[in-house]
Amino acid sequence: MKKANVSLLLLPGLLFLAVFMLVPILLTVGSTFFENGRPSLAGYWHFFQDPYFLKILWTTLKVSLVTTLLCILLGFPVSYYISRQNPRKKALLLALAIFPLLTSSVVRSFSWMIILGKRGLLNNTLVALGIVKEPLDILYTPAAMMIGLIHLFLPLIIITLVGVMENIDPDLIKAAESLGAGRFKAFFKVIVPLSVPGLIIGSILVFVGSLTAYTTPALLGGKQRVISTFLYQNAITLNDWHLASVIATIMMVITFVVIGLMNKLANKVNPKG
Amino acid sequence: MKENNRGLGLFTLLVYVFLLGPLVIIAIASFEPSSVLKFPPTGFSLKWYHNILEVTMFVKTFYTSILVSLAGNVLALLLGIPAAYALSRFPIKGKDALNAVFISPVLIPGIVLGFTMLKYLIAVYNLPIYAALLFGHTVIMLPFIIRVIGSSLANFDFAVEEAALSLGAGRVATFFKVVLPNIKSGIIAAVLIAFLESFNNVDISVFMTGPGVSTLPIQMLTYVENHFDPTIAAISVLLMLFTAVFMFIIERLMGLSYFTKR
Repeated sequence: MKKANVSLLLLPGLLFLAVFMLVPILLTVGSTFFENGRPSLAGYWHFFQDPYFLKILWTTLKVSLVTTLLCILLGFPVSYYISRQNPRKKALLLALAIFPLLTSSVVRSFSWMIILGKRGLLNNTLVALGIVKEPLDILYTPAAMMIGLIHLFLPLIIITLVGVMENIDPDLIKAAESLGAGRFKAFFKVIVPLSVPGLIIGSILVFVGSLTAYTTPALLGGKQRVISTFLYQNAITLNDWHLASVIATIMMVITFVVIGLMNKLANKVNPKG
Repeated sequence: MKENNRGLGLFTLLVYVFLLGPLVIIAIASFEPSSVLKFPPTGFSLKWYHNILEVTMFVKTFYTSILVSLAGNVLALLLGIPAAYALSRFPIKGKDALNAVFISPVLIPGIVLGFTMLKYLIAVYNLPIYAALLFGHTVIMLPFIIRVIGSSLANFDFAVEEAALSLGAGRVATFFKVVLPNIKSGIIAAVLIAFLESFNNVDISVFMTGPGVSTLPIQMLTYVENHFDPTIAAISVLLMLFTAVFMFIIERLMGLSYFTKR
């Protein structure tokens, strides 16, 4: 097929993305370097000087980091377990992990409002058992956000890791064990290193996902602002599009830096790719 | 050795209770008869399911969501199928870069995409809000369409296409008579996945609402701000049923292994 014809197949999609995604993004980023029609970095200066903004950024990063670490700690053993089951059970467990993943984030966050609320299931149980006297304030705290985000992203890291672990030759573990490595040693010397690429991809997905999630912090965070709800607030409620553009640019930069660094790490750990 | 496995099995069970428990709880709570959502429910009533139909905005935004997802899907297919075909069929310079471009909408934070679209599609390009909503959703559906159809095409033996061509069928005829039927199940699966992605979308839609225009998830968010009755729980149950049916079809068409590949 002629070159020109092949380009014709690609062009409509590329043009569409250029007009409806790329141009809006580039112009938004570009606009942050101007103020009143003049080149200026005042937007960024303003952002990084304000303790309130920095606190929001810090909360966001902290919540995302803890969410990622907990997702790995919970997800890794589960994925290992799933990857060693027979095909029938494996398929069932994967399907049960994919189901919440495909369920609306509004539904999933809302379900935690029923559990974590002042008169929610968790508080009622704790009070009934006499563990606490007064219902705890869990909903509308960073902890509630983290629980919601872990619920949101844990399936993602599980299925990613299962995908990687499935490809690890079970004979390698048998070999390690037959050469005298204990069960745990074989796990840490064989499974863990070979899972690193999946772990890195999974971590990127969870970290970036938590960093930019909107629904869960909006429903479970209450007045606690994270960077995405702060962006929304400035764009819609306060109508400060300049600040919103600065926030959007900062979010993109952080996202790309994280993805870039993790990819670099992946190449370092596993140069063969 | 057995003991270890049992510990791991128990741990997995607990994690699954954490993952699925909240969804079970919301389902049970939807039958609460009183107007305050609670768990366990104090009785059994279907009145909140009935209330979904009473709140006209739910019905209206449901139709908007369906319409946007369907029309966006058609558009994404028209743009995506030729691109996916070109990328898997022909040796193209910079194929990796092109692939990355088509996948890029999922790499950019959704909330950032939504805001920049509000700023330009609506404020600068002056698009009507429905059009902006539709194009915004098409942008986020495109990566899923290209990826799923691309992996279908990767499994297709292009020698079959060559055979048809050498027997004198035209390029276009060959595509519609040979290639398309062979990747049919991939296309349907792609449509379903993209549909769910669009239907559940909050990040773009939240910026593309205006007087009388909203999507179901955004309407649900607005409702939760003012009410804490079991209506949202009832809608959640219907949405979960809907998700389950879609998942079942995707499983039948191409297996769920698509989701474990990154």
